[in-house]
Amino acid sequence: MNIPSNLKYTKDHEWLKVEGNGEATVGITDFAQSQLGDIVFIEVETVGETLGHEEVFGTVEAVKTVSDMFMPVSGEVLEVNPKITDQPDVVNKDPYGEGWIVKIKMTNPAEVNNLLTAEQYKGVVSE
Amino acid sequence: MKNTPFTKYHIELGARMAPFAGYNMPIEYSGISDEHITVREKVGVFDVSHMGEVWVKGPNALEFLQTVTSNDVSALTNGKVQYSCFPNDKGGIVDDLLVYRFDEQTYFLVINAANIEKDWSWLCQQGQRFGLTPGKELYNASDEFAQLAIQGPLALKAMQKLTSANVTDMEYYTFKKIPFAGIREVIFSTTGYTGAGGCEIYCSPEDADKLWKAVFDAGKEFGIKPIGLGARDTLRLEAGFCLYGNDLNDSTSAIEAGLGWITKFVPGKNFISRELWEKQKNEGTERRLKGFVMIDRGVPRQHYPIFDAQGNPIGEVTSGTMSPLTKLGIGMGYIKKGFWNDGSEIFIGIRDKKLKAKIVKPPFHQVKL
Repeated sequence: MNIPSNLKYTKDHEWLKVEGNGEATVGITDFAQSQLGDIVFIEVETVGETLGHEEVFGTVEAVKTVSDMFMPVSGEVLEVNPKITDQPDVVNKDPYGEGWIVKIKMTNPAEVNNLLTAEQYKGVVSE
Repeated sequence: MKNTPFTKYHIELGARMAPFAGYNMPIEYSGISDEHITVREKVGVFDVSHMGEVWVKGPNALEFLQTVTSNDVSALTNGKVQYSCFPNDKGGIVDDLLVYRFDEQTYFLVINAANIEKDWSWLCQQGQRFGLTPGKELYNASDEFAQLAIQGPLALKAMQKLTSANVTDMEYYTFKKIPFAGIREVIFSTTGYTGAGGCEIYCSPEDADKLWKAVFDAGKEFGIKPIGLGARDTLRLEAGFCLYGNDLNDSTSAIEAGLGWITKFVPGKNFISRELWEKQKNEGTERRLKGFVMIDRGVPRQHYPIFDAQGNPIGEVTSGTMSPLTKLGIGMGYIKKGFWNDGSEIFIGIRDKKLKAKIVKPPFHQVKL
C-alpha cells in the first residue's frame, strides 16, 4: 500500500497536499482506490463553493459502489481535475499524482495540523 | 461458508473474494472493466460451481415440468436447452432456470445458487402429486457438479483443442456429453450469461483440477483470463439478461418482466399461475421491466427512483451500472403503464438530481446515443 510521507490524510481515505498560498490539492488514497475497484465516474459540482471540514465535496462511483468524498479541511473548492471527467480510471492508476481530485483554498490552514500523518494513516488502514 | 472445487485457484490468483449465496467466490481479479472487455473481445472463465442442479426423472417428469415451469418443455428434443422460470401460486416467480432434456424421461434443471433451498423445497412439494420422490425421481445434485463458464467470441475455438467431439459447430442452447481434456465425460453446453457466446462445462468435482488447468492452457494463446462475479453482473446486464433477486422476484410476473417469450399458453400445459399470467398477457400489466441508457452522465443503481418529465414517480431501477464497453450508464427497471415506449425519455433520481435517460431495447453494448 502506497502512503507517501509528505501528505496528510483523513480517516475517510482522502489525502491533502499543502501547496502554498493557503492552497491545497486533495485526492483519494491508494487504499481507497484499491477498495473501490475500477472507478467509472467522478462527480464534483462544488467548484466555487466554500465548504466546512468533513462536508461532502463530490462523489466517486466504482462499478459496484458509490462513495462520498469529504473535505479534509474547510475551504473553497477552486478547481476539479479536468482529466478525471473523461478518464476516471486515472485515479486508480495514479491516485497521488495525475489522479488528484480537487484544488482548494483553505479557510483556516491551521486545520491541517489535525489531519493524520502517513504513519497514523497506516495505522487506520491496517486495522 | 462453502468453497467450490476452484476456490483455491481464485485465492492463488489474488482475486478479491467475498461470500455469495453461501460460497466463497471471486468478485474480481484484474478489475471489472478489464475482465468485462476480455469476455466481449476474447475469452474469459467463470467459476459457476455455486449454481444448483436438479435431476427430474421418470414417466411423470414431463407432465411435472409442464406444471412447474412456464416454457413449453414438450418443445424440447434431446440435447436441447431451454430458458424458463418457476411461477409461484401468486403470479410471481420462484426462480429462473435452464431446462436440459437428456431423454424423454430425464431432465436436468440449473437453478440460481441463492435459491437452491427454496427451489428444492418448492419442487419437492409440487412433486408429491406427480408421485415424484425426493432422492429418486427428484434429485438435488447441486454438490455433485463443478462448473466453469467459458465465454467470449474465442471460447469455442479455444475449447475445441480439448476434445475430439465437434464443439465449434454446436448451435446456441444445445448440449452433449463428451470426453474433454482427458476427463471421460463432461456436459458441454453452449449456454451462458454474458451474450458473448461460448459454453458452460459441468463435470464431477474430482475432475475439477484437470478441467481448470486444461481450460487455461488451451486458452493461453487466445488471451484467456479468469473472470469474477463483478464482471458477470456487468456482462449480463449489458446483454439485457434478468438477474433473480434484482429484476425478478417472488412478486414479479414473467409477463411484467418481458419474459412472455418463455411463457407458453399451449393447450394442455396447465402451469402454476397460468390463469393470472394469461390474463396479464391479454389485458396488459400496470408495469413493465424495460431497459434504459443514460443520456445525462450518471450511473443508475438498484432502487433509484424513476420519474416522468414532470417529476412524477413512474418506477424503480432494478439493475444498473456503467457499461465498461460504451461508458454509458445502463439499467433496467419496472416502469408504469403509459411511460414505457421504446425511445421515451425518463428521468432517473440519482442522489438529489433527476437525470435524463432513454428507454431502449437491450443488448446495450450495441446501443449508441
